[in-house]
Amino acid sequence: MSFNPKHILGIKNLTADEINFILDTAESFKEINTRQIKKVPTLRGKTIINLFYEASTRTRTSFEIAGKRLSADTVNISASGSSVVKGETLEDTAKNIQAMHPDIIVMRHNASGACQYLADRLDCSVVNAGDGMHEHPSQALLDAFTIRQHKGSINGLTVAIIGDITHSRVVRSNIYCLNKLGAKVRLAGPGTMLPTGIEKLGCEVFNNLEDAIRDADVVMMLRIQRERQGTPLIPSVREYARFFGLNGNKMELAKKDAIVMHPGPINRGVELGTAIADGPQNVILNQVENGVAVRMALLYLVAGGEKLNSD
Amino acid sequence: MAVEIIEILDSDGVDRAITRIAHEILEKNAGVDDLLLIGIRTGGAYLATQLQQKITNIEGKDVSTGIIDVTMYRDDLESRNNLEVGHSCIHVPVTDKKVILVDDVLFTGRTIRAALEAVIALGRPQNIQLAILVDRGHRELPIRPDYIGRNIPTAQNEQIKVDFDDQNVPQAVHLLRT
Amino acid sequence: MKILIKSGRVVDPANKIDEKLDILVVDGKVAELAANIDPGGAEVINAAGLIVTPGLVDMHTHLRDPGYEYKEDIVSGTRAAAAGGVTSVACMPNTSPVNDSLAITKYIISKAQEQGSANVFPIGSITKGMGGELLTEMGELKEGGCVGFSDDGLPVKNGEMMRRGLEYANTFGVPIFTHAEDISLVAGGSMNEGPISTELGLKGIPWVAEDAVTARDIMLAELTGAHLHVCHVSTKGSVELVRHGKARGVRVTCEATPHHFMLTDEAIRGYDANFKMNPPLRSQGDVDAVRAGLADGTIDAIATDHAPHHIDEKNVEFAIAMNGVVGLETMLPLTLKLVAEKVLDLSKAIALLTCQPAEILGIDRGTLAVGAVADITLINPNKEWTVEADKLHSKSKNTSFDGRTVRGYAVRTILAGKTVFER
Repeated sequence: MSFNPKHILGIKNLTADEINFILDTAESFKEINTRQIKKVPTLRGKTIINLFYEASTRTRTSFEIAGKRLSADTVNISASGSSVVKGETLEDTAKNIQAMHPDIIVMRHNASGACQYLADRLDCSVVNAGDGMHEHPSQALLDAFTIRQHKGSINGLTVAIIGDITHSRVVRSNIYCLNKLGAKVRLAGPGTMLPTGIEKLGCEVFNNLEDAIRDADVVMMLRIQRERQGTPLIPSVREYARFFGLNGNKMELAKKDAIVMHPGPINRGVELGTAIADGPQNVILNQVENGVAVRMALLYLVAGGEKLNSD
Repeated sequence: MAVEIIEILDSDGVDRAITRIAHEILEKNAGVDDLLLIGIRTGGAYLATQLQQKITNIEGKDVSTGIIDVTMYRDDLESRNNLEVGHSCIHVPVTDKKVILVDDVLFTGRTIRAALEAVIALGRPQNIQLAILVDRGHRELPIRPDYIGRNIPTAQNEQIKVDFDDQNVPQAVHLLRT
Repeated sequence: MKILIKSGRVVDPANKIDEKLDILVVDGKVAELAANIDPGGAEVINAAGLIVTPGLVDMHTHLRDPGYEYKEDIVSGTRAAAAGGVTSVACMPNTSPVNDSLAITKYIISKAQEQGSANVFPIGSITKGMGGELLTEMGELKEGGCVGFSDDGLPVKNGEMMRRGLEYANTFGVPIFTHAEDISLVAGGSMNEGPISTELGLKGIPWVAEDAVTARDIMLAELTGAHLHVCHVSTKGSVELVRHGKARGVRVTCEATPHHFMLTDEAIRGYDANFKMNPPLRSQGDVDAVRAGLADGTIDAIATDHAPHHIDEKNVEFAIAMNGVVGLETMLPLTLKLVAEKVLDLSKAIALLTCQPAEILGIDRGTLAVGAVADITLINPNKEWTVEADKLHSKSKNTSFDGRTVRGYAVRTILAGKTVFER
């Protein structure tokens, strides 16, 4: 098969075949990252703008490197240095950027639906680098890529995701992605961080970490925002770490060969105990490494092929 | 539309052509030292395997062989309907090697241009040579093969098809006319 | 000046009429209803095949005038009303300045009389500046033309304030219109809380934010004996609370909007801010409950909550878009859809659009009784048409129904015997 998407806005509307095609494509690009000269001319002459309305080091750098290794010209625009402070609307900013004829805009925005909004209004391709609490497709794809690398196949695995489910776009994209690839998803977090109806997305919800990770093949820990401390969501980071941190010997509940994942950046001693953060089951740096290959694949696929329809 | 199929080479013909190319390569390069066969995915990769076997049979020495996928180096990104990217698989460094690029059909030369770039991206070979089973003409770039199985002048509306069996051994070359 | 509306099917629930009749209008008043009235010298309007009803009454409109004329003004808003077959609107006080003084009330009424295409009945604010702290001069405002009091758009947060508002309004025999919402439970949400908000990653507003305050206010009405009108009920719980209140004899009435009986939060997939309003679009269960409330009489009126917003206030990220949609020009066909779907019979549907809201507002409209002001709407109930936002008469085009094919519209709207809209 082939897959020529105009945009990558989320995982929800992708099929399992399309996801596998992206992962297979990423497999081919992965080799470039280990070469001495880490560059191919595939996107020569293409301009990619990384439009980041939220601070992000990892995702932005990963997309930037991905674009550069494909020989595209990549430009970063971050909200702090942009017109946002001048009160320009998203549409106006985007149209100004479009007037410079980029081929792809990679956007991170704090409003759910912002990437859809952009895609509805611009001619160029839009890749979602995280929109509000909605989706973060490249993260879910690199997670799937990493799981596939370690487990061979995703089909039949049990994946436990622990943390602030409500505010996590990573969770939503991962639920879609893992379900489509045949895994079972379990979630756990304090009741204040489990959104209404999340089980309808295709997952089983637990209110304690232990039950969620029992016999799991993959344990994915989410970052807890320290700013949430003292809000009605959690009383303290200390208590959070005690009940929902992956520490001590809690990993013994999971399968022996289970892997530990985290979208980063990690809070040592909060959601991840240091022994686990530095332990052999941890594949967090693989995730980061694979992120570049997956994003190369996404940029390549949206840039290539005839776009027969513009949705 | 009716398609007329004309057989250009049968399996023996293909085999003879590959055998001849093997001899020519050995002759020109004075043996297998520093030789590296790189087949262009997918037809060229199959032929490279055939050539490798011939050369081993003739010389009694193994010759390094790799596969290259040129998709990332092509110049027609927007107009392609198939975006599949294959793996490249070359386990020895190309620097200072005598690289023999192998492909089944030479047409416009654009694939070879992409392959040249792909090889050079991996290092600095001593030289790069080109072995082709069928040259059908219509070059769009200044590219000339060093080893040719068969020259078949064709019209634009004709196609050349190399058939492989399920062991990826070439069985025949056909000309398709519509 | 005489007109004769001939051969229409007259549906006038206030007078329990549903039959083919002629209506003679003389000097802006209904003079006679009978089969086959001799035209004499009257101008004859052929209404054969049409439904003839009292002019529709929308008890919940935002005309945005004074202060937000870039969204709507009294002229454009009443023109939109006329195009929708609506001859009377009650307009909410959240203008700038707020309608908390006789001066603003008089401005609205006089501008409507001079330049409007519909009757405008202002609703004054409960508290000065809608600040939630000081009562307005309801006695004087009522004398000046206010038909009720509301801080619509904002809830009255303080329970005692609401209690005093009810007690004080009751002194003058006018209702309090509650916008029932607990802001602390809304907590920055931008759509209904449920599986869809979770899927879309938008912060949700739980049903309890509406129900809790609806319950409080119904109990306060019970305590004070005052008339409480609950605006735009959108949840199953609110409908149930009103039903229960009525059963206990509390003086409570309520309204529902077409978008709350036509649409669910599923419409928000795609993040189009023309589906963002307050209260938000709810679940199918809530829509079903609102429809059941309309059918069993729990809900007294269909009202638009017509809330015009400029495109710049809507063409933004969903979470920061303004709440509200226009509705004057789509209320009639969407109500007729409930008839087509057998939720309501035609007479009941027209009652929800005419005499029932008129009664709550205490205005002498919504009836075709002999001697009544001749506000009359002629409806072609079968005409299929497609809502086109660009063609709306309102200054703002923020409809949830753009592109939707509907059935039925007003072909002529008559205000005190004068045609103000015709198509």
